[in-house]
Amino acid sequence: MTVKVLRPGLLTTLQDYGRHGFQRVGLCPGGAMDKVSLTLANALVGNALDEAALEMTVIGPEILFEEDTLVAVCGAEFQSSFPHNRPVLARKGTRFNVGRAARGARAYLAVAGGFAVEPVLGSRSTYLPGHFGGLEGRALKHGDVLPLREPQAVERFTSLKKTKDATVKWSARPLTVPDREPILVHVIEGQHFPSFDSNSQRAFFDTVWSVAPDSNRMGFRLSGPPLGRPEADEILSGPTCLGSVQVPPSGVPIALMADHQTTGGYPRIAEIASADVARLAQLAPGGKVHFAKCSLEMATELRRDARERLNAALRGIAWEYQRK
Amino acid sequence: MPLGDSAAYIEFSTTLDLEVNSVVQRLALLILKQKVPWIRDVVPALGGVALHFDPDHEGFPAEPLEAALEIVNGSLKESLEMKDDAGREVELPVCYEPEFALDLKEVAKKAQLEPEEVCQLHEAGEYRVLMMGFAPGHAYMGGLHAKLAVPRRASPRAVVPAGSVAIANEQTVVYPYAISGGWNVIGRTPRVLFDAKRSRPSLLWPGDRVRFRAIGREEFLELEKQK
Repeated sequence: MTVKVLRPGLLTTLQDYGRHGFQRVGLCPGGAMDKVSLTLANALVGNALDEAALEMTVIGPEILFEEDTLVAVCGAEFQSSFPHNRPVLARKGTRFNVGRAARGARAYLAVAGGFAVEPVLGSRSTYLPGHFGGLEGRALKHGDVLPLREPQAVERFTSLKKTKDATVKWSARPLTVPDREPILVHVIEGQHFPSFDSNSQRAFFDTVWSVAPDSNRMGFRLSGPPLGRPEADEILSGPTCLGSVQVPPSGVPIALMADHQTTGGYPRIAEIASADVARLAQLAPGGKVHFAKCSLEMATELRRDARERLNAALRGIAWEYQRK
Repeated sequence: MPLGDSAAYIEFSTTLDLEVNSVVQRLALLILKQKVPWIRDVVPALGGVALHFDPDHEGFPAEPLEAALEIVNGSLKESLEMKDDAGREVELPVCYEPEFALDLKEVAKKAQLEPEEVCQLHEAGEYRVLMMGFAPGHAYMGGLHAKLAVPRRASPRAVVPAGSVAIANEQTVVYPYAISGGWNVIGRTPRVLFDAKRSRPSLLWPGDRVRFRAIGREEFLELEKQK
């Protein structure tokens, strides 16, 4: 059971929920940039929710299914006729050209049973800077052959209700792909917010920021007015986390994403509400975002709401898998 | 203080204080030992400790900041009373030969020392891993001789070779991979600092006591072959 890579796309990597417990030796958890869409893709093919899937970025790959495979693509909308957000039985010999993202930046392709790569430090996620995890620690390239674990494609597909041809008559609603830009992202004040000058404090919330072209899985650089601190003293290096917004001396803020550094010496102006990180991950370079200040209580509330929306979507999918 | 809505940072000092850091190291180990199921990562930093939560865990408390503070307070007294630090002793062979010591001449000039004196002072030091970060396996070590406290390079190198031993301000580091960096390179170790295939992937851990041992070019090449 294999899937063959005919064209790799811009950046296609295997990602799951990431590896935890190693931040104290400088290894970030990593994993999918948009874990909500990954979770939905896995649920749609009947997988464990944290199974590894292909994270496809802006320009998707072209792949060949060498056996019957149950597949789901979830997240950004790509220009292909392949149905999104639902389980699809890809028959042996099906070529799937994912194309370019039309809305959002990242989609996840999950296969029933998962990809057969060895976990490294408890995860199948590709960690590009360290060259490990996923497929040989790198992005997919032309000619790669991805082995699959337990196919069960046809069995799982026939256990679904309401099927029509090779797919189903329903779809899951994407939860993180923006309808319009700029997207609104909630942040709580970072540890060093008070040390920025008042113009910078205001500009941070007034500006429509643009995701710079040199953004990647480690961080999104945000183009806009430079932010400054009246006393440009060096701060003592401290911990960072997913969604920390750092401001280096250049004044260009950087939002830390999945493969971020675990400690840093730049002042942190803000911390993005964890509920909004997956939505930010759906911005491609040039994408627009503005920030709204919220309290820790509100960020917690947003996280619970997002979790509840995801749980509701998962219950809906699980219902479709119940025995007819 | 909150570090976003899924982590907390408990800071004891906003300046580098080796005494405080050593308490932070012991505290972090005591918290790790408790194996709190909703805490995924315990990260000792220079002046405090960060706790990263798993908010989807069933045991995740309604008031995580208060719960985190309670956990820290519960272990603080013990960490203050502990005499021995749990850090292991690690010896790192270093070759200070010119082909590896890319910035040795410049460091010597800035420190107004002979290059040999720079190496001797560096080798004689007893270091502590104060914090890790920047890259997996990358340790910030305190204990550098005050005479060697030179600033970082004016412009960072695009690629610093893996294993490079470097200094800046009052710390020394070893670059685990070939990555960009601005510290002054004065030698290179043949040891692999981080290997995800090892069960203990990192050679250095927070709190470790580190000594450097000068080796010649021959031994360096021999050790590198064993990688």
